[in-house]
Amino acid sequence: MEKEVLVKVEGLSKKFCKDLKTSLWYGVKDLVSQVSGNKENETLRPKEFWALKDINFELRRGECLGLIGHNGAGKSTLLKILNGLINPDQGKVTMRGRIGALIELGAGFNPILTGRENIYNNGAVLGFTRKEIDAKVEEIIDFSEIREFIDMPVQNYSSGMKVRLGFAVAAQMEPDILIIDEVLAVGDLGFRLKCFKSIDEILPNTAIIFVSHNMPMISKICDKIILLNRGEYKYNGPDVSKAIDLYYNKIVDNTSKILFDNGTLELQEIKLIDSDKIDEISTINWGQDLCIAFSFFVKRLADIPLFKIVIFDQEQKPVAVFSENKSDSPIKIEENQINFKITHKGIQLSKGVYTLSITVFKFNTIDPIFRINQAISFQILHQDDHYQSFLLDCEFESL
Amino acid sequence: MKNNKDLQVKIYQKQNSTRLTTLFGDTIKDFFGSHFLALQLAKRDISAQYRQSYLGILWLFITPLATAGVWIFLNASGTIALTDTGIPYPVYAFSGTLIWSIIIEAINSPTAATNAARGIISKINFPKEALILSGIYKLCFNSMVKIILLLLFVFAFGVGFHWSLLLFPLTLLVAIIVGTAIGLLITPIGLLYSDVSRLLTMSLSLIMYATPVVYVIPKTGILKTIMEINPLTALVSTIRATLTGQEYEFVFYFIVLGSISFVLFFVGLVIYRVSIPVIVERLSA
Repeated sequence: MEKEVLVKVEGLSKKFCKDLKTSLWYGVKDLVSQVSGNKENETLRPKEFWALKDINFELRRGECLGLIGHNGAGKSTLLKILNGLINPDQGKVTMRGRIGALIELGAGFNPILTGRENIYNNGAVLGFTRKEIDAKVEEIIDFSEIREFIDMPVQNYSSGMKVRLGFAVAAQMEPDILIIDEVLAVGDLGFRLKCFKSIDEILPNTAIIFVSHNMPMISKICDKIILLNRGEYKYNGPDVSKAIDLYYNKIVDNTSKILFDNGTLELQEIKLIDSDKIDEISTINWGQDLCIAFSFFVKRLADIPLFKIVIFDQEQKPVAVFSENKSDSPIKIEENQINFKITHKGIQLSKGVYTLSITVFKFNTIDPIFRINQAISFQILHQDDHYQSFLLDCEFESL
Repeated sequence: MKNNKDLQVKIYQKQNSTRLTTLFGDTIKDFFGSHFLALQLAKRDISAQYRQSYLGILWLFITPLATAGVWIFLNASGTIALTDTGIPYPVYAFSGTLIWSIIIEAINSPTAATNAARGIISKINFPKEALILSGIYKLCFNSMVKIILLLLFVFAFGVGFHWSLLLFPLTLLVAIIVGTAIGLLITPIGLLYSDVSRLLTMSLSLIMYATPVVYVIPKTGILKTIMEINPLTALVSTIRATLTGQEYEFVFYFIVLGSISFVLFFVGLVIYRVSIPVIVERLSA
């Protein structure tokens, strides 16, 4: 049986104003029309734009909606509307049950007061009663793992400690709907894992709306996804991997960066052989051979140098390195050119966009003579989405 | 698992289709329901304020004390000749400036409380009425300290005990409500434009001279008319009368003003409630 719908958003639109003075003046007008119950203003006024346009979705208990998009896509605006902080200009939002928002941790903290006092302040802001906080204060301190410093003024806390304390209080909420913005990114790894563990625990009984730029995290916990772009959705549905692909396609940065160049050689051309181009980016299917052609112009260099070629993923994490050329590899300098190709059979990187960086050394030295990042981007296609770097082909056989 | 029917339903949309009575009911409910939060916020602000200061509570009356001091000096040195007030002038001046400071503080309180909470208003949904209530709690705390000082003054200068003193805290509460009601009505627009609070500060410092704070109402002339119309006159003089046992000149005006303000206060709260989303939208990027 499907669980009940907790969040329902119908035809939601919101406009913002680009100019502060005008915005304030519209604010005054809106105040008047709010108070007098006036119902006009369905269209854009001068200097306004749609920060959100016609958003629709439903979320049931136990479901997790991922909200992705580039900066300024309207994610935070949508969260604010869902949280009831600002009113939509069009459409309707229906929220059923207690709403918990992890948008700002440690709201209501006063820096001069101690951690313990601030547990009460923060708890009160989050809607706990005194009794509830009294009952939970020890648990909160334990969860935050900062018992030693709990009677110290919060202004002497590190930012990570503040987040710990804030999350420890917020984790005591038992919301029906949980809204999470990217607040958890501040804590250290151990604490972040702890946060996600507690989110996992409440997930079955909660509808979660999760905003993040961390795609592996999104693909791990979300079962629905909305990709926003300039207030409209590019994608809205259950196919998380498709939305992530679209998201990555948008941010492919094709500008390569030469980090080091001592004037001995220059990269003229680099391209994927046997690949298709989609939106200016070379794509190959998973399992296909990865074949890359390089063409260097040599200004002054006697011998073939050593090429070290590294694959980076979308988050700039190096995921793989190609084996280097040997001094006796069959490539040579001809008419001031070094042209060669490398082939890797049956690429098993999981789907996603990758970039190459190339560092060139003289043989038997550690000093680079040329280095370029993001020399080329390419995309691996596969129907399944994985947040691990590699999708390794394997066969299952009975023994 | 919770029963479906227990779930509270919240609907957000542009059309403010909520009936005025429901809106009013919700406001009242949140206002009184947020007692703990308001108290917690007030406690937080008061303790934080004094923990970082050596003079602490003294700051509550240094300004009114200084203003009164100036006038007492001007009067005593014969620089200006003031009409006899009927009670020792220092008591008159000091009670005037202290009561005035309470009224000013009350008028500024809603805007100040909301401004201070800007950071959380734009991030967390909580009953905003708590901010106003916590402002009132802070005012009550500050006023209590001032009352004690005033009583010391009254007895030190031999004005003595009057039964009307028992009404004194009550009249101060009325002053707080009148002030907060005025402040509350200004707050929505004051949050959008900083001009409003500057204008307010300036006008109030002028209005002080049209209120019997440091001198009595003249017997004749234009200032007499202005001062008698000025609603703050009714406040200041009635409150002072309960303190010193003088005759009540404006008691009717005072009662009318108090009742109207009481109603206006709740009207202001409703307006405040519907204004906050608009303000959050305009102020938080």
